[in-house]
Amino acid sequence: MSVQKSSTMLRKITESRLFFPFVALAFILLFDLIIVPGFFRIYTREGNLYGNLIDILRNGSTVSLLAIGMTLVIATRGVDLSVGAVMAIAASVAAILMNPYVLARELPPHIVKFMTDPNFTYQPLWVVILAALAVSAICGAWNGLLVAYGKIQPMIATLILMIAGRGIAQLITNGVRIQIFYEPYAFIGQGWIILPFSLYLVAIVFAAAWLLTRRTSIGMFIESVGINSRSSFFSGIDEKKIKLLAYTFCGLCAGIAGLVESANIKTSDAFNMGQTKELDAILAVVIGGTLMSGGRFSLFASVVGAWVIQAITTSMYAIGVPAFALQAVKGVVVIFVVLLYSEQVRNLVQKLTARKEARL
Amino acid sequence: MSDEYIIEMREIDKAFPGVQALSKVDFFLRRGEIHALVGENGAGKSTLIKILTGVEKPDAGKITLDGEEVKVRSPLHAQELGISTVYQEVNLCPNLTVAENILIGREPKKWGRINWGAMNARAREILQRLDIDVDVTKPLGLYPVAIQQMAAVARALEIASARVLILDEPTSSLDAHETAQLFKVMRRLKSEGVAIIFITHFIDQVYQISDRITVLRNGRLVGTFETASIPRLELIAKMLGRSLTELDEMSQIKLETRKHIKGEALLRARGLGFAGGIEPFDLELHAGEVLGLAGLLGSGRTEVAQLLFGVEKPDSGFLEMDGQEVRDFSPLASISRGVALCPEDRKEAGIVDELTVRENIILALQASRGWFKYLNKQQQYEIAERYIQLLNIATPSADQPVKNLSGGNQQKVILARWLATNPRVLILDEPTRGIDVGAKAEIQRLVLSLAEEGKACLFISSELEEVLRTSHRIAVLRDRKKVTEFSGEVDEQRIMQAIAGGEA
Repeated sequence: MSVQKSSTMLRKITESRLFFPFVALAFILLFDLIIVPGFFRIYTREGNLYGNLIDILRNGSTVSLLAIGMTLVIATRGVDLSVGAVMAIAASVAAILMNPYVLARELPPHIVKFMTDPNFTYQPLWVVILAALAVSAICGAWNGLLVAYGKIQPMIATLILMIAGRGIAQLITNGVRIQIFYEPYAFIGQGWIILPFSLYLVAIVFAAAWLLTRRTSIGMFIESVGINSRSSFFSGIDEKKIKLLAYTFCGLCAGIAGLVESANIKTSDAFNMGQTKELDAILAVVIGGTLMSGGRFSLFASVVGAWVIQAITTSMYAIGVPAFALQAVKGVVVIFVVLLYSEQVRNLVQKLTARKEARL
Repeated sequence: MSDEYIIEMREIDKAFPGVQALSKVDFFLRRGEIHALVGENGAGKSTLIKILTGVEKPDAGKITLDGEEVKVRSPLHAQELGISTVYQEVNLCPNLTVAENILIGREPKKWGRINWGAMNARAREILQRLDIDVDVTKPLGLYPVAIQQMAAVARALEIASARVLILDEPTSSLDAHETAQLFKVMRRLKSEGVAIIFITHFIDQVYQISDRITVLRNGRLVGTFETASIPRLELIAKMLGRSLTELDEMSQIKLETRKHIKGEALLRARGLGFAGGIEPFDLELHAGEVLGLAGLLGSGRTEVAQLLFGVEKPDSGFLEMDGQEVRDFSPLASISRGVALCPEDRKEAGIVDELTVRENIILALQASRGWFKYLNKQQQYEIAERYIQLLNIATPSADQPVKNLSGGNQQKVILARWLATNPRVLILDEPTRGIDVGAKAEIQRLVLSLAEEGKACLFISSELEEVLRTSHRIAVLRDRKKVTEFSGEVDEQRIMQAIAGGEA
């Protein structure tokens, strides 16, 4: 009886959406365990935790945030290429609100002195954050309008903002890279409360997304629209509103990611911020097992996917692979993922567990 | 024998998961004849053609071409054998020129480059054979659908120097004049010795052009007839299937349930219609009543259903429910009014295949409740389990993805989805298509018992027998028009007469 139970459990685990992302993560960590001595060491400093594993979680938080929003969009059979650009927009909005003086050509000396003061901000922090997030949500809604109401292909529709977004971000800051000195803002990206502060943000956004999709009917409607939009329409589901919501939420997540990133590097760099991050986010979702053709999704699996990507990066740095070679390694990982997720491998795994069951 | 026939298909069997598409079907094609292949949806026409053109492999049976047995390996192979097909949808490229469309893939070449002069000349020559005179260097999209259809025919002829030409519903998007033009071409080809298989659901056209008719129904051969020797009415009877059998239990129930019909109309359409779909019609539906909708495929049955459910918006007339004029035409609005539609196309518009049985069942109910009035898991399971029992849905559990179920059970899941919304008007568009006989009877019984509960049902089916058995009243559609309505016990003959139209 108990043997039988454990074997159906085994099957449940292998059929779970989380199985493959975790297997991938385990592979990478196993590699680290063998190759990199002391990779798993975690130490405390002033009561806060540090170490490679913490680094993976912390540096992966931007992509985690993006992946959460991206998951909903991809589940509706869409994609959002503009998230990197929206990050830049959010960062620019935040930076300019904290320090609009950088735009002035000449400033009286007493203001110049203020500008590098770690306690100085022009607008209070909550205004800065709310404004940045509001702008990102509007960006997301713009994408949603184009896709749902304009009936433009998602890739093309979001390409518009992907290209224009960085221009908009630079317009906001008048083309200036703004350094951020305000410490409370920097805390968003660099702060620690035992664990890195950005991890708490990921947890909050994840919880919010989960509640929004799984404790309402929205999650099921997103999946239904992604799988068969005509059946969904016949069943009375408003596909347009669902898509608008998904893209808006994705924009919001990108905004939060933009805040974290700019706070971490203490700069709003409209040109480089979030470059190619949209592709990492898509990769994370794919590793998480959500199909590009839409339908069933798992938010947690996408977050694990983001960790997988970051674990690769951190591991490669740990063994001394130079930054420029990293992209090539990521490419290899994509091949690996494609293989791992192929019908053949899935069938193989299912056959293996099934045989084990039969033997029992 | 084999001299007479160019193609002989014997005892062809073909099964798809959950349905026997063809069983022991014989089909013989004479040289230089126009042979109509008729039958309602799911009769097996397209499967038979797919087997002949190598798209599908038969499970059993033999095909001989010119007296020699052949195995058609692929559509390309079929073309090499001289069998060419023009499919229902014009699958050409409107942005390429007429000549390119006709000769694509086989362009005349010179020094490795396309010889445009020769290509255009060749295209012109082929079209002339069809008596068509157009500028072959213009994009195909500039020409009307009829010309595009001719280009497809030209292409089919060019590919194979075809001896057998299959036309799969070529006239469905043509008007009368264009159809006449196509028929002229068909006659010309026939005189050149090409054998033509003509698939259509327009009975008039069958009588206009064909020499012989093969009728399929439910994957079986009903028979092959000389067109001149089979009256129109008899043909319809053979297509729709009728058995002059017992007044079974169903009719008993039907008689009993008639008492429950309320006098006041629940749903009333006046002059309702939309251009290109269905001409304005009047229709009343009463609580406790099953109204049957009879007519051939393409007669406008589905369009009536979609109008009443708000999938399509009318451009004339009005619709009343409970005496109130309906202004908001959308599925969501219809659901909240208490109208439900089991759509004709189960795969495209019915099931959401990756979702579980439970999710599929609660989908419409949840949609009508909105995003935030969420049915929790326990409520979902309760509803799902109730309908799984009530409708006798065969599934290992409510958490099974619905794609793993058989066609009949999928259909029941869709029914459950709509019953869960507790509708007062239930529109069933071909609810028994492609499902086995047992499930069919179950669904018919269910429809009657729903009527007994006071629901108004609109029952649409290709099978006349089924419509007769379940309906208290029958409306007949023909050529996108409502032609008549019968109340009470009506004679099958009269309905078929109405469906067939014309002189019969």
